[in-house]
Amino acid sequence: MTQDATFRIWRTDGGEGGESAAKGGHRDYTTPVSDGMVVLDAVLDIQAKQANDLAVRWNCKAGKCGSCSAEVNGVPRLMCMTRLSDLPLDKPVKVEPMRAFPPVRDLVTDVSWNFHVKKKIKPFKPRPADAPDGTWRMAQDDVDRVMEFRKCIECFLCQDVCHVLRDHQKFDEFIGPRFLVYTAALEMHPLDVEDRLEDLRRAHGIGYCNITKCCTKVCPEHITITDNAIIPLKERVVDQAYDPIRLLGRVFGGGSKPKA
Amino acid sequence: MPGYEIIEHDVLVIGAGGAGLRAAIAASAAKVKVGVVCKSLLGKAHTVMAEGGVAAALANVDDRDGWKVHFTDTMRGGQYLNNYRMAEIHAKEAPARVHELEAWGALFDRTPDGRILQRNFGGHRYPRLAHVGDRTGLEMIRTLQDHGIHQGIDVHMEHTVLKLLRDGDRIAGAFAYDRERGRLKVFRAKAVVLATGGIGRAFRVTSNSWEYTADGLGLAYEAGADLMDMEFVQFHPTGMVWPPSVRGILVTEGVRGEGGVLRNSEGRRFMFDDIPPLYAGQTAENEEEGWRYCQGDKNARRPPELLTRDHVARCINREVKAGRGSPHGGVFLDIAWVKEKLPNSVEHIKRKLPGMYHQFKELADIDITQEAMEVGPTTHYMMGGVRVDAETQMSTLPGLFAAGECGAGLHGANRLGGNSLSDLLVFGKLAGDFAAAWAKEHPAGKIGDGDVEAAERAAMEPFGRPAAADAAPFLLQAELQDCMQDLVGIVRREEEMARALETIGTLNKRAARVAVQGNREFNPGWHTALDLKNMLLVSEAITRAAILRKESRGAHFREDFPAKDEAAGKINLVVRRGSDGAMQIAPVPVPEPTAELKRIIEEMK
Repeated sequence: MTQDATFRIWRTDGGEGGESAAKGGHRDYTTPVSDGMVVLDAVLDIQAKQANDLAVRWNCKAGKCGSCSAEVNGVPRLMCMTRLSDLPLDKPVKVEPMRAFPPVRDLVTDVSWNFHVKKKIKPFKPRPADAPDGTWRMAQDDVDRVMEFRKCIECFLCQDVCHVLRDHQKFDEFIGPRFLVYTAALEMHPLDVEDRLEDLRRAHGIGYCNITKCCTKVCPEHITITDNAIIPLKERVVDQAYDPIRLLGRVFGGGSKPKA
Repeated sequence: MPGYEIIEHDVLVIGAGGAGLRAAIAASAAKVKVGVVCKSLLGKAHTVMAEGGVAAALANVDDRDGWKVHFTDTMRGGQYLNNYRMAEIHAKEAPARVHELEAWGALFDRTPDGRILQRNFGGHRYPRLAHVGDRTGLEMIRTLQDHGIHQGIDVHMEHTVLKLLRDGDRIAGAFAYDRERGRLKVFRAKAVVLATGGIGRAFRVTSNSWEYTADGLGLAYEAGADLMDMEFVQFHPTGMVWPPSVRGILVTEGVRGEGGVLRNSEGRRFMFDDIPPLYAGQTAENEEEGWRYCQGDKNARRPPELLTRDHVARCINREVKAGRGSPHGGVFLDIAWVKEKLPNSVEHIKRKLPGMYHQFKELADIDITQEAMEVGPTTHYMMGGVRVDAETQMSTLPGLFAAGECGAGLHGANRLGGNSLSDLLVFGKLAGDFAAAWAKEHPAGKIGDGDVEAAERAAMEPFGRPAAADAAPFLLQAELQDCMQDLVGIVRREEEMARALETIGTLNKRAARVAVQGNREFNPGWHTALDLKNMLLVSEAITRAAILRKESRGAHFREDFPAKDEAAGKINLVVRRGSDGAMQIAPVPVPEPTAELKRIIEEMK
């Protein structure tokens, strides 16, 4: 079954109907759509047939690489996983770039900040090997515990929707939900012995998160970001920072602390 | 003032999938200055899509496994056209490469005693694939990425390399542009590692993304290096077929490893009807034995669904052509049936195949724990590529190395599932090690201004041309894809391939007039126009080699020559540019295994 649908796509070079070219604007494209199509299909059709220079990132087309993040009808989503059958097609489908990041062109934004942030997080540091051949033993349950966090495809939609970044622009003080999940994956890794709690509390600004769960809602991998990653990290940070016995220990010995 | 920026590295790695990242990590461990350029953002390369697992004879699940069995399986799967030495190095080193990933933070599923769990896969005699659910590739690339960013490697994201630059007979660097702004750049390097992956974009139905436009192969050929085994393109038997927009997206072989079965529209498990003699002794006699194999019964043999990919793809193709296909032109892949065997089948399937569950649920409205999937063959992997030295991964152009999918030799006529992830770890590391060693021993080459200017001109020309309806970049790409899909696909015939060559010739002429609109900033029309060259070149190489190999072997099936030919089984086809500029194809003898390895192959038959 084929019908025509209209896509109102943000173009850097400006839209029609009086919008200033310098500031960019929406432009409408009508294209045939059929059963089972996703937003990315329509955008790529428009690119191939109507606007060769329409800038968009994509790779796997299966929700596994996290490249085609955008805002569809105002909601941060992967275009490859947004089916047209779930959208009202009697009015134009609005497709816009992620708003939290600086625009590059059309639907493409500058997400390089995320790559810089990741570098600042202390890397994985394993305990000594368990066996003489240099390998480790782990229980499946312990592996399963962090699997959820390791599903992250780095689409940065959680960063896009997070009001601390999106509205308050705290890019220098807060690492955002993606990197709290990343830190949680490292902190709860069965072999890891590094301590990242002090960084979380100070440089990485975990306190800015006031658990509104917007990130969890947009995660295409359905990672329970707030409940399973951020809240447990907040608890660890609080335990460490305000535990009276540890406080005394720090005053008198300054020593390092065992991991939770 | 030149119109380009100059960037210097000792070793330049082109590509940031598993092979490129592993090469970069190896080179930087040797204390040389390393740069990586990648077409997409870091961590988005196609390694991320690998699902089933990484093959390594750890022998954690079946202690009869070992490098010799893995080596033999790889050779048998490749129909003995493999470079035996690469197959040997691969089988011996894969376990260490997997353990190393664990030391860098990768988490694999576990055995009951806490070691790395391994699963069954096509063509592997014992459970051999270390995995984590069905997202092993994501785990691998993230591990390499997260480790790599702390090793002092410079990463240039969203850059496309357009030309390799030479100093006389050796490599001296590469000419590239950044996709975001369209700025031109010259990378000077003492050694260059190609790790650009595959060529899937030359076909219409493919599991590959837009990136896989045969860059490494085209760059190497243009620079004068040899390509090899170009006729061997792997069609993965199970890609999605519906909805149309996801046609070609991969459905992991892990589904069959976990007990999934293939049926035609009559409900018949047609894979039992055609078992090749080379595998007769290793294949289950009946459905019950096949199921016992998937449940880990060491006395059972594997079900025919786990025969090699080339064979399974052809069987599916045959069923569809015979009118026994599924409604959307595939066959049925059923994992839901295991509910007859397992009380907790729903949870079991979701745990073992979470990605597949998610993918079908969200893209096709299918609950794979309850219904069968529709699947059909999809262009997946290039066995051929840059011809390299087995020990060092250096190509025939001094200082130019290649690893992973864009290299040739390990897989011969057909690759086994799981051998790609191990390939890119083992040979990525080797390429990085030897590129670094090369860079230490050789001074930087000189780059000629003329070469750079010519590359610059070629890159900018499409902007100046008048738009022509028959020379639009996306149209040319689509026509090439149709041509390769329809004429040089799973089943090949001389006369069709001759027509393909004609079409490619015409497309080449039209591509010389390709015109783009807009400016240089993130302009996909321009990107696609520039990608055409390598795709056309490699499509021609595939077609010419496929015409010359007048037999059927592995992934290369000729309807007009359906049998194997003994003499053809002793040669690899090498593709290079002749001194007159025309493409030449020459047969070279397949390297003869050592007496010891021959004995091993015989013993394991």
